[in-house]
This record gives sequence, structure tokens and C-alpha cells, in this order.
Amino acid sequence: MAKIIIPTPLRKFTGGKSSFESNGTTVQAVVDNLVAENATLGQQILDNSGNIRSFIRVYVGDEDINELEGSETAVNDSSVISIVPAIAGGVN
Amino acid sequence: MTNQLLNITEEASTVMIEDAINAFPNECCGFFYGTESEEERIVTIARPVLNSKEGDQRRRFEISPFDYMKAEQFALQNDLLLLGVYHSHPNHPSVASIHDLAKAMPYFSYVIISVMEGEFNTIQSWRLREDIREFREEEVCWKLANRSQESEFGGSATSSHSSPHRIHQ
Ligand SMILES: [Zn+2]
Repeated sequence: MAKIIIPTPLRKFTGGKSSFESNGTTVQAVVDNLVAENATLGQQILDNSGNIRSFIRVYVGDEDINELEGSETAVNDSSVISIVPAIAGGVN
Repeated sequence: MTNQLLNITEEASTVMIEDAINAFPNECCGFFYGTESEEERIVTIARPVLNSKEGDQRRRFEISPFDYMKAEQFALQNDLLLLGVYHSHPNHPSVASIHDLAKAMPYFSYVIISVMEGEFNTIQSWRLREDIREFREEEVCWKLANRSQESEFGGSATSSHSSPHRIHQ
């Protein structure tokens, strides 16, 4: 099972848990399995069509899946998947 | 957690404020880490990251997703909580902006450091109220080797406890 690291701001949807082990051979399958067990977390990371939200990035190891094969990127039991929110701001 | 006090150690305060001064006239940014109880958050470590904004860094900051991922890993590896994000407002007050609000995440403390003409001015911290999607100011305690403020609220070095102001859109 691949490991998924939940970003700190979303851990209130996981009862404080920082990571999960989840089945699947692609990023999408692993995320779908995670979300099936935790619908409120799913609302935070997936849009209404079930796609990963635009302000959320996903890494497998040190690689952005956008540089790999997107949500179809293959994963295995040693993969670490990170869910990453966008952080930005500025002055008025 | 319902705490509303951010207690920043001298070491972490110094890192954040020096980063803000060194980056002037651009905005700096970074993460901070520590522990949390019902009463307060204690910030023990601050770590600067690159402002990766393409464009005017005097008015905007952005943290790369790679640096964010590494920040979460650092917290896990060191058994610390990733408590929030700091950035600077060059020649602007340390009040959260609509741009800060637009990208604000739940839970995080957003520390803002005002630097006026290269000199440290004020420090304030903000937390998102998700129900109404507004920032609420939280009390900050910070220290510098040659200057300290035990209970700063409202960003003024002379006022002690003022009621928190909110950012309305
Ligand atoms: Zn800002």
C-alpha cells in the first residue's frame, strides 16, 4: 500500500492523523480509496467531478505528478504521496 | 484547539524578522514549527523559503509546492507541528490583505511582519475563521535579543491588549 501524507491544515478532517496507507496502483486509485473512507476529506481535495482541485498539487516522492503522468502516475508499496495546498499572498 | 496565543521564541522571532529585513524591498516567506496546547502555540523553529512568485515580489509572495512538501516532511521527521506561514509586508502594515485571505488555509497561523524603509516595524498574526471566511487576529508574544514585546496585540509596540480587528472583504 502506498503512503499518503495529509497536509496539516486538512488534518482536522482526519481526526489529526498525518498519514494513511491506501491501496491502488495509480495516484487516482489511491486517492479514490482514501476518499471512499473519508468523504469530508474528499470534499477538500476533489472537485464535484472527482478531479483533484486546481489549488492542490500532488507529489509522488520528490516529483510533482504534473511532471509525471498526472493522476495516472503509477505508484507502489514504497511510494509516498504528498497532498500539497497552494500557499501565496501579498499586500493590498 | 481554541487557543489564540502565538508564543514565538527569541530564536524563531529573530529568524523571521531578519528574513523580512534582508528581503526588503521584496516580500520574504517561510514556515514555522512547534507545539500546541489548549492555551497556546509555541513556535520553536522558523525556516525561510524562497519567494517563488514570478512578478512583483515587493507586493506578492508564493511558496513552491516542492518547498511546502519538504516543510511537512520536516515537521514529521522532527516530531513538530507545522503551525503556519510567515511573510513580510514591505512598506505596508502587518495587517492581512485580501490576497492573503484568498489563499488562507484553515488551522495555520499567518504571521505578517511589517518592514518600513528597511526597518522592522510590527508583527501580527492571523488565523482563518472558516465559518465566515475572515481572518481573526491572534495575540503574539515575540522576542528579539535587543528588543522584546511580551504581549503585542494590534501590532503596536505601545498598546497591550486591544480588541482584535477583522478583515472584511
Ligand atoms: Zn500579505
